[in-house]
Amino acid sequence: MMQWETVIGLEVHVQLATKSKIFSGASTAFGAEPNSQACAVDLGLPGVLPVLNEQAVAMAVKFGLGINAEIPEVSVFDRKNYFYPDLPKGYQTSQMYHPIVGAGDVEISLDDGATKRIRVHHAHLEEDAGKSLHEDFHGMTGIDLNRAGTPLLEIVSEPDMRSAKEAAAYLKAIHAIVTYLGISDGNMAEGSMRCDVNVSVRPKGQEAFGTRAEVKNVNSFRFVERAIAFEVERQIELLEDGGTVVQETRLYDPEADETRSMRTKEEANDYRYFPCPDLLPVVLDRAYVDHLRSTLPELPAEKRARFEGELGLSAYDASVLASSRATAEYFEVVKDACGDAKHAANWVMGELSGALNRENLAIEQSPVAAEQLGGLVARVLDDTINGKAAKQVFQALWNGEGDSADAIIDAKGLKQVTDSGAIEAMIDQVIADSPVQVAQYRDAEPDKRGKMIGYFVGQVMKASRGTANPQQVNALLKEKLDQA
Amino acid sequence: MHDQTLTQLARALADGEVSSRELTQTLLGRIERLDGRLNSFISITQEQALAAADAADALRAKGQAGPLTGLPLALKDIFCTNGVKTSCGSKMLDNFIAPYDACVVEKLKAAGTVSLGKTNMDEFAMGSSNENSHYGPVKNPWDLDAVPGGSSGGSAAAVAAGLVPAAMGTDTGGSIRQPAAFCGITGLKPTYGRVSRYGIIAYASSLDQAGPMARTAEDCALLLGAIAGHDLRDSTSVARGVPDYRAELGESLSGLKIGLPREYFGDGLAPEVEQAVREAIKVYESLGASIHEVSLPHTHYAIPAYYVIAPAEASSNLSRFDGVRFGHRCDAPSDLIDLYKRSRDEGFGSEVKRRILIGTHTLSEGFFDAYYTQAQKVRRLIRQDFLDAFEEVDVLMGPASPTPAFDLGANKDPVSMYLQDIYTIAVNLAGIPGISVPAGFVGSRPVGLQILGPHFAESQLLNVAHQFQQATDWHQRRPALAEESA
Repeated sequence: MMQWETVIGLEVHVQLATKSKIFSGASTAFGAEPNSQACAVDLGLPGVLPVLNEQAVAMAVKFGLGINAEIPEVSVFDRKNYFYPDLPKGYQTSQMYHPIVGAGDVEISLDDGATKRIRVHHAHLEEDAGKSLHEDFHGMTGIDLNRAGTPLLEIVSEPDMRSAKEAAAYLKAIHAIVTYLGISDGNMAEGSMRCDVNVSVRPKGQEAFGTRAEVKNVNSFRFVERAIAFEVERQIELLEDGGTVVQETRLYDPEADETRSMRTKEEANDYRYFPCPDLLPVVLDRAYVDHLRSTLPELPAEKRARFEGELGLSAYDASVLASSRATAEYFEVVKDACGDAKHAANWVMGELSGALNRENLAIEQSPVAAEQLGGLVARVLDDTINGKAAKQVFQALWNGEGDSADAIIDAKGLKQVTDSGAIEAMIDQVIADSPVQVAQYRDAEPDKRGKMIGYFVGQVMKASRGTANPQQVNALLKEKLDQA
Repeated sequence: MHDQTLTQLARALADGEVSSRELTQTLLGRIERLDGRLNSFISITQEQALAAADAADALRAKGQAGPLTGLPLALKDIFCTNGVKTSCGSKMLDNFIAPYDACVVEKLKAAGTVSLGKTNMDEFAMGSSNENSHYGPVKNPWDLDAVPGGSSGGSAAAVAAGLVPAAMGTDTGGSIRQPAAFCGITGLKPTYGRVSRYGIIAYASSLDQAGPMARTAEDCALLLGAIAGHDLRDSTSVARGVPDYRAELGESLSGLKIGLPREYFGDGLAPEVEQAVREAIKVYESLGASIHEVSLPHTHYAIPAYYVIAPAEASSNLSRFDGVRFGHRCDAPSDLIDLYKRSRDEGFGSEVKRRILIGTHTLSEGFFDAYYTQAQKVRRLIRQDFLDAFEEVDVLMGPASPTPAFDLGANKDPVSMYLQDIYTIAVNLAGIPGISVPAGFVGSRPVGLQILGPHFAESQLLNVAHQFQQATDWHQRRPALAEESA
């Protein structure tokens, strides 16, 4: 049986979070009435001209700096010519020969905590097309040009990925970088990040690449894995049956979970690229690039390394917490408020993330603010409340029952009882009320008593409404029960 | 009134000798009487014109008139004009009412000028005779059997016939200068980037430039001042101050160095045209200028390079005319491809289709380097030729066209038609300014002298032309037709 190796390269389209379009002043906001955000330039009316949005340039350069890429001094916009109803000018303004971002690399982290570098060939700026709407038009097609002219950064990787998991990890890494940089909202459901996947297989050990298929419309982390899995299986089956893979563009259908042929190489368009005569070459001086470099935030890879090295988190925790800017920022606020990275990490990845998942909320939408959670963890660390009470406080914060952990602790009387006199009184009461259990305990072999003490702890905690310090209760109970 | 210059009319308006409304009505009347024979207008915007004239008169009454307030003119039908059909001479845009004003139109309106209508042109500015218009050919007012030149043939003919004192044109390979020469008027193509292209329906974006067509260099200076300047909506417009182009009009030409490019006086130049141009140059000598022979060695590559670059850009620029959002759409398309094919087949004329095909071919995979890349190299050499020449001399002079206006229908072969632009086309490739001034006649047909200057040397160019017009009266000659039933 032949062993196969998968070779994957990704083209990721990232919608840049500019206020206006790449070549016009129209808004880029998502979800408006069809064609309400398309101006004369977006409609491609006769006589209109494009004007480059400086914000899009800055965002692209920031991305380049974020992946350690070379930023060429000069980049040039080209026209990619083809006819399609949602492409108003009959060409897409893109960058074919001189992209704004040169070669760079992205670090991905794999499930086992290992990391791998994926090379980025280049990234270029281009304009998005509109949308064709096929429903509700009685057999005709509607065109919505709101999206036409939205700035895209197309990030083209080298064929460095060897599994669907690596591809998904790469996509996640790109997602993390662009959201960290604040250059995209990264919302895949709204199409802010879209992905084309180039997949080929080759016999293990062979150097030459196999013939690749380009799979389009792979628009979620999950679909990337599934589309690749399907495609790899299809290609291997084809080759093992003595067939050949043809170079073609295929479309991923998430409903059927399969890829289907869209067009073969022979049917491919000749896009007749040439430099757009309406736009001047983009010339970036060093000072401008250096200025943008100085505005860069700490990026995921650096953050992961710091969480692990400086804060002493496990590789896994560090990579989960660094995976998105919002999570990392949330975690850091909790950590600073409570002063303990490990506890902060446990709360963010445990209680908080569980609650968010249950309610299907993003961390940005968390009803419990990071400062509030930090305050809560601090009260656990200084023994003001015990773990059980802490969960109650968390739930109360989640429900909006108080502004801070302290307020809730006060209001609910959850402050841990550490006064041994008070605890002793409660223990004495429990012992007095449970003669049968006390007798059983005292009759038992010392090595069995450990389990039996749980009953008394439970009774004391109940009597304290959960506020007694469990360690103290345990110790005092032991002392008193073992006395006789 | 109709044979006066813009400058004279401005004075008459200022002195209260005539109102803008009277002037507008007079000229609208002339258009109605005479344009049937010329076909120089595609649309006459009488209502808007009279309203603008009244507004101009009201402004003047309030003492708020500027130098151009109330002056009538016409616009080549390539300038988008809000609420007015803007056809670009094509069936494709016969139904297109522009929803906005081109920058040039905006500026002319802001200056208080009164547009009487939109002038005829070669379809999408592709042509040198104005025979490629969907609205039929324009006739030359000097000889109705002759073409007016193109592509701004309607603008040139309208000015020559005294229908308007000035008109706006565009020049991609000679489309202002050659019709100005054929019709005996003055036409200026400014430096590329001097005038905003926003709202001008693009033919070849890296070559297109708008400019004034009028009776005198002085009038061109007045108009250039109104339309020039940086426009944030056109990335290729240049951020550079706009001088008062009339300020230098009094400068003496003593010591001016005039270069005569050897290549502009060679084979193919009609002897009578050469003679008229040589006579004009003698006038300059008498004005104190010195004459130097220079060489523009890559001149003979200009037409081939142009006919790669311009069609390449055009093939892409004209892709938006697809029958989907505006313009001509075929009846009952069976599917998308049918919609594209028939809408474009029916909407475009043959010369436009020819250039789209050429451009599509030269940009194709496997041909791109041999054609487009090579043509861009040639373009740089041609530009360098001019830069080198301007190290030696102040301006260059030669014929605007190798022949006077030819007969309608006489030039059937596309290549011989393309050769008409041999002296004008390199100027667009280099991006420098050029002006054509009336310099004599061959029979009844005018001859144009072309004067070229370095980038942004419009002030000097206009003065060099103006001094010639102070010493000669070719620009004051009027065709017989202009005096009929006047």
